[in-house]
Order: sequence, then C-alpha cells, then structure tokens
Amino acid sequence: MSQTPQQLDHAVTIFEKSKSGRRAFTPPAAEVPDRPITELIPERMLRVSPAKLPEVSEPEIVRHYTRISKRNFDLDSGFYPLGSCTMKHNPRLHERVAALPGNSRLHPLQDERRAQGALELMWNLQHALGEVAGLPHVSLQPSAGSHGELAGVLLTRAYHEDRGDRRTKVLTPDTAHGTNPATVTMCGYEVVKVGTNPDGGVDLDDLREKADDQVACLMLTNPNTLGLFDTNIEEIAEIVHGVGATLYYDGANLNAVMGISRPGDMGFDIVHFNLHKSFTQPHGGGGPGAGPIAVSERIEPYLPRPQVVRLEGNGGEQPTFTLDDDRPKSIGRLRGFQGNYGVFVRSYAYIRSLGAEGLREASELAVLNANYLLARLSEKGVVEYLPVAYDRVCMHEFVLSGAPMKRDLGIRTLDLAKRLLDHGYHPPTVYFPLLVDEALLIEPTETETKETLDAFADAIAEILVEAANDPSVAQAAPYSTPVRRLDEAGAAKQPVVRQPL
Amino acid sequence: MNDANYPEDLLYHAEHDWVRIDPDGEFATMGITWYAQDSLGEVVFFDAPEVGTMIAADDSYAEIESVKAVSEVIAPMSGEVIEVNSALESDAGVVNDDPYGEGWLVKVRLTAVEEKSGLMDSAAYEALLG
Repeated sequence: MSQTPQQLDHAVTIFEKSKSGRRAFTPPAAEVPDRPITELIPERMLRVSPAKLPEVSEPEIVRHYTRISKRNFDLDSGFYPLGSCTMKHNPRLHERVAALPGNSRLHPLQDERRAQGALELMWNLQHALGEVAGLPHVSLQPSAGSHGELAGVLLTRAYHEDRGDRRTKVLTPDTAHGTNPATVTMCGYEVVKVGTNPDGGVDLDDLREKADDQVACLMLTNPNTLGLFDTNIEEIAEIVHGVGATLYYDGANLNAVMGISRPGDMGFDIVHFNLHKSFTQPHGGGGPGAGPIAVSERIEPYLPRPQVVRLEGNGGEQPTFTLDDDRPKSIGRLRGFQGNYGVFVRSYAYIRSLGAEGLREASELAVLNANYLLARLSEKGVVEYLPVAYDRVCMHEFVLSGAPMKRDLGIRTLDLAKRLLDHGYHPPTVYFPLLVDEALLIEPTETETKETLDAFADAIAEILVEAANDPSVAQAAPYSTPVRRLDEAGAAKQPVVRQPL
Repeated sequence: MNDANYPEDLLYHAEHDWVRIDPDGEFATMGITWYAQDSLGEVVFFDAPEVGTMIAADDSYAEIESVKAVSEVIAPMSGEVIEVNSALESDAGVVNDDPYGEGWLVKVRLTAVEEKSGLMDSAAYEALLG
C-alpha cells in the first residue's frame, strides 16, 4: 500500500533542525550601558558551557510546530468519545475572556492589592464549585485531577492523625481509575480492592467485610467508570462513616450529575474536580490543568494554604480579597503560587455563562447523548458483537465488551479502535475498566450533534461488517493516520524519550 | 499467536494460573494460562518475586505488565520460591508464545501439597471459561 505524504514525512525534533548561527529574532542594541553578568548573577551560578539550544529561523519554527500539530488528532478536528475523559467542546468565548490583558498579563508575583479582580474571580469560582459539590470549602491549588486526589488523601490522613488515629488502608472499587490506587500508595496507605455487584455497583457485602477501623477512606466515582450511578450510595456512606473513615469522590464523572445530585448530599467528605473535563478546558499534553477540591466542615482545617478569602468592608466599603496563610493545621502548599489561573478563568466563564440551569442541562444532555448512542448501536446490531457490559440505563458513558467480536469475527477491541481512526474518529477508551473483557468505554459528551452520533454508530457497524468479510483489514489498521500501527510493546520495553544533543 | 489450549497434565486456579506438580509432590512449576496471556495482550515485563519468598495460595506473588495493564499473578498453591524464569527478564513476550513451556514463571517448593484438591483439571477450567 502506498504511503501518505505524512507517513513519508518522518517528524524531526526542533533540535535536529538546528543550524549553528541561525537566528529567529535579533534584538536591537541596548540603549542602556551593559553590566558584566557577574555583577548580576553570582559566579557560582553561571553556566560554564553555553546551553545547547536549537538555532532556527522564525518561519522554520512556525512551520515546525504547525506541522507537528497537524499530526495529532484533536477535538477541533473530529469526534473524540474518549470514555472517562469528557472531551467536550471548549467554547471560544472562554479564550477571549482568558486573553483579556487583566487576565493574560497578570504576574504571579503581582501585589495582591493590584490583583483584586483575579482573587475575586478565584473566590467566586471556589464558591461556585462548592455549590456544585454540596461541600462548602474549596481549594483551587491542585493542578490536575490526580493532584486533587493526592490532596484529598493527604487531607484524610491529616484528619485522622489530628485525632491521634493512625490508619493503614484505603478502599477502592475494582472499577476505580488507575490514579486512585496510585494515589493511595503515594500517601503511604495500603490499597484494598472492593468488588463489584451484578448491577455494576459496589458489592455491599464485600464492603462491609473490608471496612474496619484500619480503613482511612473509600475512594469512589459516582457514576462509576462503567457509567452507572450507584443507587446504594447512602448505604455505602453509612458503612464507611460507621468505621470512622472518610468518603472521597473522584470527580472524573461529575459531568453526569452537575446540578442534579451533589456529592456532599450523597455523604462524600472530599471531592476533586477535573476542570478540564466538566468545566471546559483544553485537554492533554500534560499542559496546564486544575483539580480543585471541595471538602466538608470537618476536613476544612487541613486544606492547603494559602486560601483565597474575602474580607468584608467596614461601613459601606467594598469587600477585599486576600491570601490567608494562617492555617496551622493545613497540609501545606501543594504547588507554587495559586494554580493555573488561566484555567480558572475559562471554567469560571463556563459556569457564569451557563448558570445553574445550564450546568444541569449540560449534564442531562450528556446522559441523553450517551443513551441515544447506546440505543443507536443496539438498533444497528452492533451490540450483538459488542454487548453492553451492564445492561442498565447508563449515565454519561457506557462500556461495551468486545469479547464476542473477538471470538466470532477475529478482531479485538484494539483493532476496532485503530480502524475507527481511518473513519476520522478518535477511538473511545479501550481495555478500561479492567473488569470488562475487551472493554470499550464510550463517552460522547453533551456537545455532539445527533448527526455525529449517528455517523459514529454507522462507522462501528461498518467495521463489524468489514471484519466479518475480512478481519485482516481491521487487524492492520490504521491506514490513513500520520503513523500506522504503533509498536506498543516496544514502546514499553525500550522507550526513547530523550533527544541526544 | 497459538490457539487456545489447556494441557491435561496441569492443574488450574480460577484466577487463570496453572501449576505442574512434580511426581514426588515436593516441587511445582507455575505460570499463567493461555486465556490469561490472551486477555492481557502482549506481555512486556514480569516483576518476579525473589528466590526464597514464601508465597500463599490465592494471594498475589508477582506482577505482569502488558501493553494494556499491570496485573497481579495469583499463587495457585503455597510454597517457597526456589527459582524464577530469568529468561523473561530480557523477553517477557515468551509468556504469550509458550505460556505452559518456556513462559513458566516460578518454581516452588510446596508447603501444602493437599491444596491441589482445591484446584481444577483442564476440563473444569475450560468449563469455567465458558
């Protein structure tokens, strides 16, 4: 098969493009007298050899990054139903607001008297997130969902230890996100897995058996990673609180319940948000993120410091905003400065432009879209080869099992995923959650049209028909992407992550 | 990759492990079944226990990493690890190619040979897989 121009074009790094002496920009001569650098920086801190920076002309820099960006699949190029990741549209209005000079040119070391607007926005965002969670106290500091988890489990530990209670274990369901057990281990606790019942919820008998006075916390997602709402949540909270443990809400799936049910009302003590999921923010690339946490009254004393607080004005004066460092029981700082401010601006813009009713509607549509897509796949006969793992009305996402497809058609979930790329779709999440054989986790989000969902269902049906005829087509897919099937085992065994200079 | 097979001379644990007990009942070899390696996908690492480790039936004694996930390996029987398959250090993919032969994981000095009565023969294991 002939290769596409992109496949023939092997991407090179910016370092490989470097030519000695080439410049992108030449600054004009300084109008002030030069000072020797040793007067400005202590000699012991000066480097002895020049940094090996790439030397490239400006048009070549622009072309380099533009070309690389075209090799990627992104939400602006096509449907991206990556389960558990909530790849919803990022409204362009938010970019405009984030780009306002008062937001984009703010310096983290700005005197707080001249950053009152930013502090007020952060305080308002804390307040809004507290409303959504049903838990009043919020810290915006954690920089990602996983960082929010770390904060949450550190808060749990601080809460227990403050009462002289040293506990050793944290419970997570076997459907949990992989970050949950990783966080637990990082915080020095032992992970104990809780089973799943035939309805796809927490196995209450197993939970009762494992919940004892050594358990510090249960980390739970509701709806869980199967896209199912656990209706036993109040009983779960009772069992967990009954042994003195905290209940932690992994907010990854909050997009299903915003403005409808609140984790705080379900009995959760600590919640983390993924602002990039539920509250619109460009994803991926490890770029700036935010994983704020909301906590109940009893956890509040341990929140990271400083906290953004509002000081009421005296006698008709405007309230002012400040950073409160006087928090003696705090778990401390989680990062430099206050977090990724641009992320806060975008999420605040989202919350303010939708309002409470709009957030609720977004969640309702996310659930409707997921159920519509599932129904459409059933109608198309797809579920004959990819049955839904737990046959209930789903929330914002659902899990199919590719086991019959593998057995009867000879293609695996991975092959289906790769073939979807040739149809112009980003594949759904594959092989997660782990307890579903050949899992395919699909989350369409609320911002997709009926036409998109229909076309996606058609593509899956078409791939199954094609596989029945000739499984080797999907087995060797993709064909049209910048790179063909990747050597995943090779990448795991011998990762090359460094560019030699 | 070879087709599904479950040799009749092995005993099986429901967590998709096999054990081959030596005739005198003192030593045994353990590994994961064809079904396990097929579900895991391409195996990239085997995190082996150290020789001398005591392992307990039904408990995890090692980890296997595939391109999909890291999974625990459950011991079908209890005993002391006397040898680990060092060939897997350089190429863990042997577990996929030959799960019952070159892809064995550990050799164990059994401490409770009577535990074998709780294991399945190949027919029972295949019935479990459905």
